Amino acid sequence: MAKLIMTADDSASVRQMVSFTLKQNGYDVLEAVDGKDALAKLSSQKVDMLITDLNMPNVDGLGLIRGVRAGALNKFIPIIMLTTESQDGKKSEGKAAGATGWIVKPFKPEQLIAVIKKVLG
Amino acid sequence: MIEQHIVTYREEANELLAELETSLLELEENPTDEELIGRVFRAMHTIKGSGAMFGFDEVAQFTHEVETVFDLVRNGKMTVSKLLLNLTLRARDHIKSLLDASVSGEESDRAEGEAVIAGLKQLVPSSPNEPSPPPVQSQPAPDAGAETLKTWRIRFKPCPEIFLSGTKPLGLINELRELGTCHVVAHTAGVPVLNDMNPELCYIYWDIILTTARGMDAIKDVFIFIEDDCELKVDLIDDGGTGDTDLDYKKLGDILVERGDLSPMEIQKILGLQKRFGELAVAVGAITPDKVQSALVEQQHVKNVRQERATQESTSSIRVPAEKLDLLVNLVGELVTVQAHLSQTAALHGNTDFASIAEEVERLTNDLRDTALNIRMLPIGTTFSKFKRLVRDLSQELGKEIEMETEGAETELDKTVIERLNDPLVHLIRNSIDHGIEMPDVRLAAGKPAQGTVHLGAMHSGDSVLITIRDDGAGLDKEAIRSKAVERGIIAATAELSDKEIYNLIFAPGFSTAAKVTNVSGRGVGMDVVKKAIEGLRGSIDITTAQGTGSTITLKIPLTLAIIESLLVRIGPDYFVMPLSSVEECVELTRDNIEEAHGRHLANVRGAIVPYIPLRDQFSISANRPDIEQIVITNIHGTKVGFVVDSVIGEHQTVIKSLGRMYRDIKGISGATILGDGTVALILDMGLLLQSVETLEQGGVSSAIPM
Repeated sequence: MAKLIMTADDSASVRQMVSFTLKQNGYDVLEAVDGKDALAKLSSQKVDMLITDLNMPNVDGLGLIRGVRAGALNKFIPIIMLTTESQDGKKSEGKAAGATGWIVKPFKPEQLIAVIKKVLG
Repeated sequence: MIEQHIVTYREEANELLAELETSLLELEENPTDEELIGRVFRAMHTIKGSGAMFGFDEVAQFTHEVETVFDLVRNGKMTVSKLLLNLTLRARDHIKSLLDASVSGEESDRAEGEAVIAGLKQLVPSSPNEPSPPPVQSQPAPDAGAETLKTWRIRFKPCPEIFLSGTKPLGLINELRELGTCHVVAHTAGVPVLNDMNPELCYIYWDIILTTARGMDAIKDVFIFIEDDCELKVDLIDDGGTGDTDLDYKKLGDILVERGDLSPMEIQKILGLQKRFGELAVAVGAITPDKVQSALVEQQHVKNVRQERATQESTSSIRVPAEKLDLLVNLVGELVTVQAHLSQTAALHGNTDFASIAEEVERLTNDLRDTALNIRMLPIGTTFSKFKRLVRDLSQELGKEIEMETEGAETELDKTVIERLNDPLVHLIRNSIDHGIEMPDVRLAAGKPAQGTVHLGAMHSGDSVLITIRDDGAGLDKEAIRSKAVERGIIAATAELSDKEIYNLIFAPGFSTAAKVTNVSGRGVGMDVVKKAIEGLRGSIDITTAQGTGSTITLKIPLTLAIIESLLVRIGPDYFVMPLSSVEECVELTRDNIEEAHGRHLANVRGAIVPYIPLRDQFSISANRPDIEQIVITNIHGTKVGFVVDSVIGEHQTVIKSLGRMYRDIKGISGATILGDGTVALILDMGLLLQSVETLEQGGVSSAIPM
């Protein structure tokens, strides 16, 4: 069965690109428009992985990561956060919140897939 | 990039630009509203991030500069001023024009963009003049010297909470495996009893020995996400340099000290007990077994790596068409001949200058010859590995269980020799499997393991290589061979033969002991063909066998076919060449000696009686016989035999020229060579010479019996 990956991003174009890349590589995708939307969806839906932006309205990326790690259903999934190179400090914050790894924006589809393969094992 | 994505991005960017404009205008009213500042920043951020992803590099680069300024505002390091807002609005317009330009294909106003950025930079307080990072992530540069295979020891000890960050340690280890040859040892000593175990924690750590061409960075990249959440120690334990030709790696104790698992003091204490170190270390409780196991794995891994490298180094490097090498060797052969002529002429003239030049040329020629011949040398191992397949297929076909062992695969032989050895070896191995090794049930009944073994070995021996094919099968059946030979008329029923002679019967043409013709044997290739092929290589073949325990066939093959070290001798006006490999010594033969032996062809060499063959008689050379002749004592298959010649001229580098078809079958002559003065000398095959003399003396009864 294909693995289900959630992409949480307030940018429709990024969501679309991530989603398109994932589907092309045989993954199923669940989209969320911000952290709040993501947490709501994840409370009842088991996914294999989460890719989240950091800057999002309502609940931001860090809040989302903490929320997922505190819940039971998706506690151990890999979480990749999308950061930019100007946010080095965010990486450690994200790590502390429970992120598995990060990918620096902007990224190419093949870079995204490489990271997914890495953390999904 | 799919067009549809670009359209989506452009739409989204336009929306964001509209939002940016509104936020900026609102910000003019409330310059300290953090919510508004955040919105401005986020809008820029998204435009930039997505822009680079969808190929709008110019948009991304430009927006990055503006975003950087607003990051400062967001962090309270800058205040919102009228000037900043003006510039940002101009920036917004410029982004819009960049986006529009990408549709219309028009050039955007680059100067405007530069002016905006210059203005923004002036606003930034004590702006450090550092270059902005490129918005497009650069690919990591490939490691320099990526071709060398290095071996690393990686101790990966994740923090117990590793699973809580979604990291899968096994995934990382699998990633390492993909980098190269890998041995992984898990240390499980820390796993508590079930009651005390928290299933959410990781109690295991790993030692990984990895041989890869990818370098340290690639290894570190594997752990990039968790470098702060684990104990990671990466040590280079073999740098792939050619300096480490020693196959044996460090001692177990040294490895454990290096890893910090034991102290040198502890090692000394344990060593005092004198047993196998690893067992002792565990027995005295100094260390857990898995740590010893892990160190042992490292030892073995590095040993394998070095072994592989040793074989690779001897096989790879440069590819040259075989004809070029043949040509080179031929030319060197000509040179050796000319050089011999030169030395000879120099000796005749007695001119010291000339002599020293000739000597120098001789030295260089010898070096050149050795080098040229060496180039053609290849390890025999490539041939060996082909046979593994043969053994596997044959044993399956015949329903036998056979394992093949090889030894001395690194032994080097001339390329041509290796090629010409292939067919004889195939035949010999087939024989071992088909006739030698018994069916599993027979073996078990004989008290042997069901699985038989064929051992293929190669080793240097002087200027020859010994190749052995040994099996632990039934051995040759003396009686069966004998009766078969009688049946075929090869020997008389009454003939008395030694064991060795009986075994040698299998080399007779048309001889086969196979009761039935199987798919494997009986293809019309007999041992006589093998023997011929080996003799064609100026080699010899020898069998030892013991009924019930197996046979060993030994091939003695000269290293090279082109040039041999030899002894140049003269009989009357004729010159002959004897391969030096079988020559033991030269002794004088006087008329008195001959009389003492009462005309029998026997010489007393320091008390030992050695039979000799007068070559003068063999070749019917009628020139005057000198008073003192020379006996060249040779060793042929372990027997001492002398060959009488008029005089021994000395050692000679013989470039072998094969004889024409007309003369190819002459017994005792294996080829010819050209001497320095242009004279032709025949190369003697002493083994065959002796054989033909013996058959003559036996009246030709057993003329078909090979040596």
